[in-house]
Amino acid sequence: MNRELKRVSILIIAMFLSLFLSSTAIQVIGAESYNADQRNVRSVYDSYKTQRGAILVDGQPIADSEKSDDVYQYLRTYKSSMYSGVTGFYSFYQGATGLESAMNGYLSGQNSSQFFEQISALLSGNPIQGASIELTIDPVVQKAAWDALGTMTGAVVAIDPKTGNILAMVSKPGFDANKLAVHNGEESTANYQALLDNKKSPLLNRASSELYAPGSVFKIVVSTAAIESGQFTPESTLPNPTKFTLPGTTTYVQNSGEGKCGGKPTVSIADALRLSCNVPFAQLGIALGQDRIRAQAELFGFGKSVKFPMNSTASVYPTGMDEAQTALSAFGQFDVRVTPLQMAMVSMAVANKGVLMKPNLIENVQSSNLSVIDQPQPSVFSQAMSAETAAKVNKMMVDAVATGVSGNGGIEGIDVAGKTGTAQNGDGEPYTLWFTGFAPADNPRVAVAVVIADGGGKGQNGRGNSLAAPVARKVMQAVLRK
Amino acid sequence: MRVVPRSRNIEAVLLIFAVGLNAFELAQIQLSTIEILTTEVFFYWLPLSFMALVIHMVLRRRASEADPLILPIGVVLNGLGLSMIYRLDLATLANGGTDLFAGRQVAWTVVAMAAAAAVIIYVPSHLFLRRYVYVSMVIGIALLLAPSLPLIGRTINGARLWIGIGPFTFQPGELAKIALTIFFAGYLVNRRESLAVVGRKILGVRIPRARELGPIVMIWAASLMVLVLQRDLGTSLLYFGIFIVLVYTATGRSIYVIVGMGMFLTGALVASRLMDYVSGRFDSWLNPFSAENYDAVGGSYQLAQGIFGMAHGGLLGTGLGGGIPQLVPLAESDFIIAAIAEELGLIGVFAVLILYLLLVARGIRIGFTHSDDFSKLLATGLAFSIALQCFIVIGGVTRVVPLTGLTTPLLAAGGSSLLANWIIIGLLLRISDSSGSGNKSVGA
Repeated sequence: MNRELKRVSILIIAMFLSLFLSSTAIQVIGAESYNADQRNVRSVYDSYKTQRGAILVDGQPIADSEKSDDVYQYLRTYKSSMYSGVTGFYSFYQGATGLESAMNGYLSGQNSSQFFEQISALLSGNPIQGASIELTIDPVVQKAAWDALGTMTGAVVAIDPKTGNILAMVSKPGFDANKLAVHNGEESTANYQALLDNKKSPLLNRASSELYAPGSVFKIVVSTAAIESGQFTPESTLPNPTKFTLPGTTTYVQNSGEGKCGGKPTVSIADALRLSCNVPFAQLGIALGQDRIRAQAELFGFGKSVKFPMNSTASVYPTGMDEAQTALSAFGQFDVRVTPLQMAMVSMAVANKGVLMKPNLIENVQSSNLSVIDQPQPSVFSQAMSAETAAKVNKMMVDAVATGVSGNGGIEGIDVAGKTGTAQNGDGEPYTLWFTGFAPADNPRVAVAVVIADGGGKGQNGRGNSLAAPVARKVMQAVLRK
Repeated sequence: MRVVPRSRNIEAVLLIFAVGLNAFELAQIQLSTIEILTTEVFFYWLPLSFMALVIHMVLRRRASEADPLILPIGVVLNGLGLSMIYRLDLATLANGGTDLFAGRQVAWTVVAMAAAAAVIIYVPSHLFLRRYVYVSMVIGIALLLAPSLPLIGRTINGARLWIGIGPFTFQPGELAKIALTIFFAGYLVNRRESLAVVGRKILGVRIPRARELGPIVMIWAASLMVLVLQRDLGTSLLYFGIFIVLVYTATGRSIYVIVGMGMFLTGALVASRLMDYVSGRFDSWLNPFSAENYDAVGGSYQLAQGIFGMAHGGLLGTGLGGGIPQLVPLAESDFIIAAIAEELGLIGVFAVLILYLLLVARGIRIGFTHSDDFSKLLATGLAFSIALQCFIVIGGVTRVVPLTGLTTPLLAAGGSSLLANWIIIGLLLRISDSSGSGNKSVGA
């Protein structure tokens, strides 16, 4: 019988071997994919064991983790879609974007500066609490920008040019991040898919991630390059025909609305900016050359991603253009592409006597015991131009609002510097509408950039001055409390 | 003066370790879930420890040469199961539930271990049971068929494996397992000569005579009847498996294994075609994560959640009280291994599997060393029943085989299962006492 018992023993060992293998297959080999399965709520539960830090504006949470009564200990909640472009979302199922992603280390308590809290959490057995993040955003300004955009698709960035502190950052349409933070995976995914399918791309932070044709607001960059070159002053004149045929082509450039730009044979650079004429700027672009314009643009931040702490999309001034393309680029057409944040940085540099401060959204980071563990200090991004040039461009932009075609940006009793833009996007496509500027011109407290996409719903009938400039005015008024 | 054999002292040391481990588990659970140690620990710890001591003392007096590992392994497994059930109860209470199991499990542990002690006391020798072979058959078949009877039969979770009187339910199939193993062992010892004689050669294989195949066909039919009437593939496979292994061990004819497995697989395949619930189980087994099976009523939700729980535990586990094993339906009974896997990790699962393997090995060892053929077969059958039951249940949870409704021996909540497995432990201890090298006189 013992021969048979040996074989039975082998059978038993084989049966148990299969159990050793199958449990290993589940718990080690397949564990990662099982844990990632949306129906496996345990991983969500784990991520919600930490009380994630709050994101605060003026001491009030705009994103918070609240005790929840289901198996997850905390639910991420968002106060308003007004801030969705800034906060992004934090969802186990869809990942994280915006500040939730950029500041995840602090918010989740895993940053190295929270080392001692991590140790004490380990020793006490209590879960670690994430750090809270206070933003530089002024809720009044944020609300003003949000309301001023109304139902239009677009973005607003308002920054203190002396510190780089971002006072408002709005992207429209926003989205309700609560719908992605829900603990039910299928619900979260369905909501996410609906947002992805939305043609207006609500998930996009247009203020820093989306590139637009700048149109005439780019003339500030070209004017700066011209004056910095030493060959031009605001009073330098350029030929002023109504049509300018691009070199090597039969295509001609006209001023907007077939305007005559003062109607004289020549026009000064200052007047060309004030009246936003394309013909003189096309010629100025050729005279300066693309390399000088690009060098100036790069001093303003073109070609670089800014970490504020999200990473902005780098704005583009094309390379390898011929003269015709260079002429078009000089009034912000051809393949020039910018983010609203970039245009705000152009105004910031002019406003702050040529010193461009690094944009920043973080006031401070507070650990769970309210001690400040990080406090970014204002830092210089670049010396974008000389103080003299800045003063000259400042004056030109004040005139553009006071007596030029950017008048809707003006505020009663205050000198506002600004420039509108109405960029073309091809035949039949709606225009992209712009305003960028700062106020008060003599002691700037806010630099602003407004972009309105899809022509503000008016196709090719909307203008920067009619739709974007009033938004910027309201934002500046909110900062100045006027 | 009595001479105490060394094996009892080894057992005593191992028992101290086993009950100490149990105390540690219970304390850990309280500290990590309700974050305070309460005297409730003693309610769950003392009865098991006390009964372990009782059996140990009974062994010292009545079976002093018995195997020293079997009892401690039983205590560790029973204790771990009890701790896990208590831990799941705490989760139920935290969620406002009232469906608790640990109190009953403690009561059943006492009853079951008392039964094991009684077996050691009242079964005076390994030869005693051989007198009751056919009585065992009658009892076994009666117990097996009881759930199919009207009035007392109960259907729980789709399987008709229970009998119920009032609020009190019992799974008689667990005890039938023992009675039938006794019957198989006795019957095969009597018939092994004639079964080993084979008939004509067909295609080079010696085919047993029809007369010898008769009982095998009968058991096969009974197993299929269990499958059809009681809607449970696992139970049916368990009985048939024990029988086939014993037939093989007794006769040494592998043809019985081949024919037997062929018959069972054919029967199961036909059943899977004819019966929705069997084919559903197969579908869930093959594709537990398909949306269709996952969302179906009685589909693969439980299986998938169990696997998620195990994956969540990973290599080291979340620690006792650190996971959320309550997410798996029936975590305290059918899926207790998934709960253990989640909180104690792969390491914990391996430890449990090794304990089972060790327990089974001790049983098989009795089969190897015992001088009496009936005892050899009985020990082998009982040990194999534990092994096969582990394989069917844990294999069902980990997708080695389709999921069925058996309980994990000694770990899972359930009185009948505990009672049956402690009786098996009692029997193994009894048989092992007389399996030694013949130095019986020392203990006298």
